[in-house]
Amino acid sequence: MQVPAPFEYERATSVDQAIGLLERLGSSARLVAGGHSLLPMMKLRLANFDYLIDINPLHAELGYIRPVGDEVRIGALTRHRELLESDELAAAFPIFRDAERVIADPVVRNRGTLGGSLCQADPSEDLSAVCTTLDARCVIRGPGGAERVVTMEEFHVGPYETAVGDDEMLTEIRLPLRPGGGSAYEKVERRAGDWAVVSAGAAVWLAADGTITDARVGLAAVGPNTTGIPEVSAALRGREPAEDLYEQAGAIAARSCDPATDQRGSADYKRHLADELTRRTLRTAVARARS
Amino acid sequence: MTTVEEPKTTTFDDNDQKPVGFGRMLRKEDPRLLRGRGRFTDDVQLPGMLHLAILRSPFAHARVVSVDTSAAEASPGVKAVVTGETLKGLGLAWMPTLSNDVQAVLATDKVRFQGQEVAFVVAEDRYAARDALELIDVEYEVLDPVIDVRQALAPDAPLIRDDLEGKTNNHCFDWETGDADETEAVFARADVVVKQDIVYPRVHPAPMETCGAVADFDAVEGRLRLWSTTQAPHAHRTLYAIVAGLPEHKIQVIAPDIGGGFGNKVPIYPGYVCAIVGSIVTGKPVKWMEDRSENLISTGFARDYIMRGEIAATRDGKILAIRTNVLADHGAFNGTAAPVKYPAGFFGVFTGSYDIEAAYCKMTAVYTNKAPGGVAYACSFRITEAVYLVERIVDCLAAELQMDPAELRLKNFIQPDQFPYTTKTGWVYDSGNYEPTMRQAMEIAGYAELRREQEEKRARGELMGIGISFFTEAVGAGPRKNMDILGLGMADGCELRVHPTGKAVVRLSVKTQGQGHETTFAQIVAEEIGIPPADIEVVHGDTDQTPFGLGTYGSRSTPVSGAAAALVARKVRDKAQLIASAMLEVTVADLEWVKGSFQVKGDPAKAVTIQQIAMRAHGAGDLPDGVEGGLEAQICYNPSNLTYPHGAYICVVDIDPGTAQVKVRRFIAVDDCGTRINPMIIEGQVHGGLTDGVGMALMEMISFDEDGNCLGASLMDYLIPTSLEVPDWETGYTVTPSPHHPIGAKGVGESATVGSPPAIVNAVVDALQPYGVRHADMPLTPSRVWDAMRGRATPPI
Repeated sequence: MQVPAPFEYERATSVDQAIGLLERLGSSARLVAGGHSLLPMMKLRLANFDYLIDINPLHAELGYIRPVGDEVRIGALTRHRELLESDELAAAFPIFRDAERVIADPVVRNRGTLGGSLCQADPSEDLSAVCTTLDARCVIRGPGGAERVVTMEEFHVGPYETAVGDDEMLTEIRLPLRPGGGSAYEKVERRAGDWAVVSAGAAVWLAADGTITDARVGLAAVGPNTTGIPEVSAALRGREPAEDLYEQAGAIAARSCDPATDQRGSADYKRHLADELTRRTLRTAVARARS
Repeated sequence: MTTVEEPKTTTFDDNDQKPVGFGRMLRKEDPRLLRGRGRFTDDVQLPGMLHLAILRSPFAHARVVSVDTSAAEASPGVKAVVTGETLKGLGLAWMPTLSNDVQAVLATDKVRFQGQEVAFVVAEDRYAARDALELIDVEYEVLDPVIDVRQALAPDAPLIRDDLEGKTNNHCFDWETGDADETEAVFARADVVVKQDIVYPRVHPAPMETCGAVADFDAVEGRLRLWSTTQAPHAHRTLYAIVAGLPEHKIQVIAPDIGGGFGNKVPIYPGYVCAIVGSIVTGKPVKWMEDRSENLISTGFARDYIMRGEIAATRDGKILAIRTNVLADHGAFNGTAAPVKYPAGFFGVFTGSYDIEAAYCKMTAVYTNKAPGGVAYACSFRITEAVYLVERIVDCLAAELQMDPAELRLKNFIQPDQFPYTTKTGWVYDSGNYEPTMRQAMEIAGYAELRREQEEKRARGELMGIGISFFTEAVGAGPRKNMDILGLGMADGCELRVHPTGKAVVRLSVKTQGQGHETTFAQIVAEEIGIPPADIEVVHGDTDQTPFGLGTYGSRSTPVSGAAAALVARKVRDKAQLIASAMLEVTVADLEWVKGSFQVKGDPAKAVTIQQIAMRAHGAGDLPDGVEGGLEAQICYNPSNLTYPHGAYICVVDIDPGTAQVKVRRFIAVDDCGTRINPMIIEGQVHGGLTDGVGMALMEMISFDEDGNCLGASLMDYLIPTSLEVPDWETGYTVTPSPHHPIGAKGVGESATVGSPPAIVNAVVDALQPYGVRHADMPLTPSRVWDAMRGRATPPI
């Protein structure tokens, strides 16, 4: 058994109380939700925090999937399993169910959360790619109830680094609902439950005449950050969906990413996967948008 | 004992509803293990017990300049901090390995691999012990490491083992087998010669339970009790006696339940010795349990052979000779557990299942700045590497000859009338009948139909591969005249005692790590003596309770201790017969044994059961002249030869041409391990081994960066397969009994681990035939398969 260094532990009683503790304790404190990344890092002593603030008691407050106007709003403490099982979410954004089916294993999915996944900001993280693909907005709350809303591009500052300050907390993810949409996610992994070698999400929105009004592609594990690729969107907008268009998008994805060679695969291979998976997910997303 | 209701399924149709003997029965140990009532080393709690944590080297190669323990000693809860210098004073800084090398217990001069033991802390709990490690200040002078095995013998390579007198390079040993000249002559006249470089990368056994020990030294009695995760408790006890100078009769080694071994728990690790020293120093019981990373980076790895295979044949597919040159990476210390005369284990069986004219192997083993080990992970003493070599090179030959790989194998098998068959490297295969095994596997697979399907799919651009491997293993070491571990002959004792009420206890030297000994050995004794398995207690894993023997590894438990159990039961039965003759007032010759009782020939009504005999043996009244009371016996079994199980495996894979992901669609395994004692347990062993094979073929590898940092230090980095990566196994069997084993059984524990990797790799290579791929090394991750498809398959090291 790997054992962490000593730390203090407190269970949160409300969002504002948790933020109050963060304000007081600063960077020596860390929120713990599912804990599937944080606790292994602490046990390996790669991360050492003096204080852990357990926000699991806030699940009633922050665990929800809720349509509000032209958005779907998801509480940061919504668990993977809830995302996987939500028919409402799958109907609006099938990419979520695609992704959740290949994230880790049931034990992790029972406890891990959307907010925790995004805040870990691992470049290989699946839900970051999903949220990037869907052009999500992140609601960050700070001291005194102050809230700000940032895009995914703004949210991801660097590997394992986000826009959330030491005294702030990610509370909600907002996904814009637009007509004619379809989305899909694919991941290549060395083994079930492993981090992605590369994964890709695609979302398209079709006009009544079948042309693409908008499209987005989000890739994971091919660079320091999970980012959308504006050039792909530009290439697809206004066009009729077709194989050669997907190929074009795939080629853009491959040259726009910046993968590194590691044990999961060579940079060349990952670049190839960025292409291959972009094409595959676009194909599926269009088929779903049409149906 | 609580009874467990047996499932009423057809898979138990040969279940032992009968009272005795062989056949499917649920495992006697399972109620305990499945209900969480097993007792593992980490479950041992003793009054006043302290906890030990080990400081390990962050560097692969560095001089230890100084170690300052003062802050750690002052840390709360710390009872002792011990360094290499402390051990040096006790003469315990170095210990012998199982291969006649030495290994540092704690580093004194240099660290030689990342993760090497440098110091340890004993504290009131494991948190305090671990926290104190952070306070030990070690000054290192970092040295260039030797990581690339191919450069280990370069003239300018840094010298790793300057602790060895007169050592000037990183050479570990040379070994050869077969006849070089004869083989060269055959190669010279062959129609076809195929060469292939083949790497079997370094993998790790990764048992679910890591290694650990609880040492309890009683200074007054001078007595040491050691609970430890060991597959060979008796061999360990003797070595502790030799190393630590403690008298052997004062040492008790207890191997409680073990959560998987796979060879990882054969060697003596520095941690065990540290726990003993910790207990001696503090006067308290001390527990050491390594964590997952420690297990992966520092304990016995397996494989790491770089092989060049060569095969010579006639144009019509008669294999003439096999030759190989091997570069073996043994890490920083030669920690291989192998019989003394076999530094390369039983790699000599690389001639496989084929009747050939000549064979030769030349091996060079070297030191590198990596963890020590070598023989581990269900490899039957390097037979895994040997089988992989021959089965891969035979497939390369099939491709060269454009011959079906099944047909090529069938054409070259050793024939049934050739057994016992002496190979060109001197191994005497006891028995075998290969063709029926191969045919059965092909029939289960629907081989011809699969080839048709493959042809259709290829026409459509789909990638489907069919891979075959056929293996012969050599398992069950000794005999003792040839085989010993550090001078301890490889023979096994066994004791059987029948109690007055007809219940029995059998005491074994081997030790289960989860493979069902408590059931299998009860069944062996039951078959011989007619007492139901439920009435036979199997005692093992405690040196105070069991006779001497060499332990469980290399699939040797059934071949050696299984034979011992059968023979000791027969010895008891012979005595029972004498008593029965007195009870029935007939001569011994007038009695016949009908499982469970002796009856008078021709008069079945006159009979006494083994239970009645047992009571008589202990009861009032006279026994026949010369017969002592009691009903028990002891033997030590020295096998006359190894046993040679074989099997035919067929694997079907599909590869996604876009992502290069390999999916194992089907796997057919037909095993022949001679007499089958409990088919359910055999199938369980085969299923586990096949899963191992999928892991090694597709994802497992312990790799290092150029500085010698281990890149597989967690189970996130070192992947082992899950149920999602494996198909439903399709198993079959044939039975070719071993002629020299009392019940005809052969070992099976490692067959599937040995036999499956080549079948999977052969299937992948077969699938990639449209890309002109002749070979690709494990692990066949999607990235490596994609490289192969692009014509740039590279070795993993």
